[in-house]
Amino acid sequence: MGRLPGSWAELVKAVDAWVEERIDLTGIRDLIRHKVVPVHRHSIWYYFGGMTLFLFIIQVCTGILLLLYYRPSAEQAFESVQFIMTEVQFGWLIRSIHSWSANLMIATLMIHLFSVYFTRAYRKPRELTWISGMLLFGIALTFGFSGYLLPWNTLAYFATKVGTDVAGQVPVVGHLMTRILRGGEDVTGATLSRFYGIHVAVLPLLTTGILSLHLFLVQKQGMSVPPEIERDGRPIPTMPFVPDFLLRDLVGWLSALAVLGALAAYFPWELGVKADPFAPAPAGIRPEWYFMYMFQTLKYLPSKIGPIDGEVVGVLGFGLGGLFLFLVPFLDRKTAQGEKSPLFFWIGAGIVTYIVVLSVLGYVAPGGK
Amino acid sequence: METLASSRRGFVNWLLGTGFGAMAVWMLYPVIRYLIPPKSGEPSVANVTVPWKPAEIKANSGRIFRFGSQPGILVKTPAGELRAFTAVCTHLNCTVQYREEKQDIWCACHNGVYDLNGKNVSGPPPRPLEPYKVYVKGDEIVVSKGA
Repeated sequence: MGRLPGSWAELVKAVDAWVEERIDLTGIRDLIRHKVVPVHRHSIWYYFGGMTLFLFIIQVCTGILLLLYYRPSAEQAFESVQFIMTEVQFGWLIRSIHSWSANLMIATLMIHLFSVYFTRAYRKPRELTWISGMLLFGIALTFGFSGYLLPWNTLAYFATKVGTDVAGQVPVVGHLMTRILRGGEDVTGATLSRFYGIHVAVLPLLTTGILSLHLFLVQKQGMSVPPEIERDGRPIPTMPFVPDFLLRDLVGWLSALAVLGALAAYFPWELGVKADPFAPAPAGIRPEWYFMYMFQTLKYLPSKIGPIDGEVVGVLGFGLGGLFLFLVPFLDRKTAQGEKSPLFFWIGAGIVTYIVVLSVLGYVAPGGK
Repeated sequence: METLASSRRGFVNWLLGTGFGAMAVWMLYPVIRYLIPPKSGEPSVANVTVPWKPAEIKANSGRIFRFGSQPGILVKTPAGELRAFTAVCTHLNCTVQYREEKQDIWCACHNGVYDLNGKNVSGPPPRPLEPYKVYVKGDEIVVSKGA
């Protein structure tokens, strides 16, 4: 001791030794040294979870920056976002990145979710990883829905009216849920306050907890190998996580950043028109693309299906679909026992096809005016 | 002796468990009540005077007006009759509008259509729009509930 370290490497070594002397880090060192990633023809799907995480980190950073100027009230929200976009230096960029990154994140999250579904990575012993992942998906959608309202523009105002009224279709507790979500009978400044609190405090807190569990389980159990590759019986080659996989991951992150930068700069996110509760819903109104298939389904459902209102049937249908995905590790018995289960492949393919077809229809089908 | 000790331990555990359970309820109850918003302080409105004169409104048109905290729609039919309804779509709460070219009331959110009696004629709306009464008093148009 006493001698100052001469070079950067020596400094790192000294700090390292100082920490090691106080805390035993052998566990973490071993984990990093021994962590490997299986290499096979479906390895590409391993990158989408990390990419979602990367985009989430961007959301946290840009979200904190937006907080510095944003004002959550019906009188000031729209104007404060306008101020960010027109007066604050690079404000347009920060807001545009926040909006674009949110959308890309939902996209990579969906790719991650369905790739895990089709490679059956949810099977024993990874049921909890799947369930925590599904919870994170629900949280991400809630982030999107609550964040959409914050600029207080017309599109967001009516999307929120519809979205919270959809919650009201749930039998028995629906009306109370809508009231709690809206902070009253209607979508007002009270709704904005609630959504703001949910968006910047409740959801980040939940995400921190559940994401930590999700990542811990992934580290603890390692990557899942698809059953069809396991069944080949050949030994599966691996690559070290550090540095081989991590560097490839970084390439993915940099690509995502490049796409994000280009989108944010060339297609700046629009602000639209300030919400007016006493103006009719404008033609061409629609939600974010990831709610489009639900929106389009609600358009096609007739007013009554038997004795029940059409939208109640729709809402229950989506609820059951979500519940099915949530519980799939426990429903798919065959995969759990190491057998083939084509039924679950076709159900998954059906869900994806439904989402894609209805979403596309949402953009191309005539709107009625 | 053994059973006495274990039953004593069981009793203490039960006491602790119910104690903590009761405490959880005691703490959660006010939080849940806090989350339910209070009933709005605004008195419910029975009638309003719309901010337009009868002569200003041309036939085959519709306008949104403020009925308390809710939007209403005032329609002048092609025949020149004034009618008013709530402007809140019975499907999922969007605000409807008058379509001059089709002479109907339309909701842009999910393509719901009502006729000029407020009846749901196509698309997803499950019920007709609630009609209001319209009175013309000299230069004023008054809209009231309960048609």
